[in-house]
Amino acid sequence: MADTQPPVEPNFKDSLLAIKEKALEEAKALQTPEKTEVWKSILRVKHDETPRSRSLGVLSNVFLHLHPAKINRDAVAYNYTWGMGGISFYIYIVLVFTGALLMYYYHPSKVVAFRDILYLEHDVPFGKLLRNMHRWSAHLMVITVELHMFRVFLTGSYKAPRQFNWVVGVILLVFTLLLSFTGYLLPDDQLGFWAVTVGTNMARATPMLGSDGPFGAAMGMTPFNDVRFALLGGSIVDSNALLRAYIWHCVGIPIIASTFMVVHFWRVRKDGGISGPSPMMLASEIKELKKA
Amino acid sequence: MDFNQLWKILASPDNIPITLLLFIVPFYTWYGFRQAFANDKLIDQLEANPEMAKTHHRKTQPWRPEWTRDVHVWPYLLRIEFLAALIVTIILFVWSILLNAPLEEPANPTLTMNPSKAPWYFLGLQEMLVYFDPWMAGVVLPSLIIFGLVVIPYIDVNPLGNGYYTYKQRKFALWTFIFGFLILWISMIIIGTMIRGPGWMWFWPGQTWDHNRVVFEVNRDFHEIFGIRNAWTAFIFGGGVMTVYLAASAWGVHKLITLTEFSRKMYKRMSLLQYVVMQIFLITMLLLPVKIALRLLLRIKYMWVTPWFNV
Repeated sequence: MADTQPPVEPNFKDSLLAIKEKALEEAKALQTPEKTEVWKSILRVKHDETPRSRSLGVLSNVFLHLHPAKINRDAVAYNYTWGMGGISFYIYIVLVFTGALLMYYYHPSKVVAFRDILYLEHDVPFGKLLRNMHRWSAHLMVITVELHMFRVFLTGSYKAPRQFNWVVGVILLVFTLLLSFTGYLLPDDQLGFWAVTVGTNMARATPMLGSDGPFGAAMGMTPFNDVRFALLGGSIVDSNALLRAYIWHCVGIPIIASTFMVVHFWRVRKDGGISGPSPMMLASEIKELKKA
Repeated sequence: MDFNQLWKILASPDNIPITLLLFIVPFYTWYGFRQAFANDKLIDQLEANPEMAKTHHRKTQPWRPEWTRDVHVWPYLLRIEFLAALIVTIILFVWSILLNAPLEEPANPTLTMNPSKAPWYFLGLQEMLVYFDPWMAGVVLPSLIIFGLVVIPYIDVNPLGNGYYTYKQRKFALWTFIFGFLILWISMIIIGTMIRGPGWMWFWPGQTWDHNRVVFEVNRDFHEIFGIRNAWTAFIFGGGVMTVYLAASAWGVHKLITLTEFSRKMYKRMSLLQYVVMQIFLITMLLLPVKIALRLLLRIKYMWVTPWFNV
């Protein structure tokens, strides 16, 4: 019994060695991870420093594909664009992110809204930071959007062929202000309550559609059926107004504004990319208008 | 001088954006116009020297023949975007750690805040309430601001200055926008935030907000100066005043539009529709400074009183 070797023993050792060798070989392949199937399936293209790869890196990436592969060398200069459009969009993303987190802790109800804010400020980890960042981002976005418009005007970038994109931009400016305004009421404190009261009292004075506006009474408008009533869901700023502000703020306007943003960015590309700095035109080179 | 009051207004967390605006807006105005003047200088050179105009690359940015015209977005643009996002994130974190978002007492409809102010970006509109009735200041004028901005590309017939900073080639357009944006929008926001106190009264920076302050202002309507008492006479008189005002400002705007040789050339390119739309918006825009002057200098409240609305 003792001299008979188990027949499987050497085979087993050999196969172990074979496995070890194979594992080593495969581990070696991991030193160049860009050649693995997983890597290739995720990134699709090579990421070396050839011009082709650099272009494909932008064009074949869903998050970057709104960029062209190449741009004019002067267009990256900060002093031309001030970066305000891109910064506005980035702040919008920050606002969506912080806003979504705030929604976990907030009930749009007159009973608990204010208490939710207190809870957020005192008990939720980083709750205060979250709320602060959402509010200051909102303020900063209004500033950057207005500066973006200022820059676009100063560089005459609304001129042909970008006229319509300016219009989309104006609509986005309005929605930026409305987003900020609808959010103002949500903490349900004195500041928001009176700001929204002052703001919506204006609606009362809408010509023909407001109960206090010119020709409003003639159109049959009362405080209970006019445009202000439609905004507030009532004749005073109360629980319905809070709910309406919440839905406009968190669902309605973000969807509409995002849609217009998609159009805005798409049109930037379709209208020939960023407007400049383009070569200057001289007054002597103005062409006569063709008679239509 | 009440420095405590001044500090309270400047450093109140919700007013920080306006304190920021006080620095940011002048900075970017300077930043843009600096480039505009640099470009204008090059435009002058090119206009004086047609040979140079043929060969020059017509930008103030440096250029060498051996440079490629385009650069790759990756990395030359994306690294800037990444850096910008990083800097904005840092600014927001520092800002949010240092300053707390305001939270007042719970909403109480029976206790009016004094002053009760709209969010800062609407304070320009709230300030207009001093000079116009709510239907004008709160509804008609804001809508006209939006529509006025929308029509800009369609009424600006000047083909010059497309995609570069310039002052010389777009004087009229720039003055109009600077007037509308810096004077009528930004500075009204600053007045609404920093100057207006309890009762929406005018408090100079450093003046204590006195909640018991009483100001004796006897505001009159324009027709009352002429001793008109009858409502219908006042209506007809006010209508006449408005007509005269509209005609005068239309004439003034026309003079402005056709001030220089270049602007007369642009005027000839305008269609009738473009001209009329431009006139309507400019006249309406002028109404605001006119009413501010009437109110603050002459204590006149309305130019035109009718049974249905007042202007």
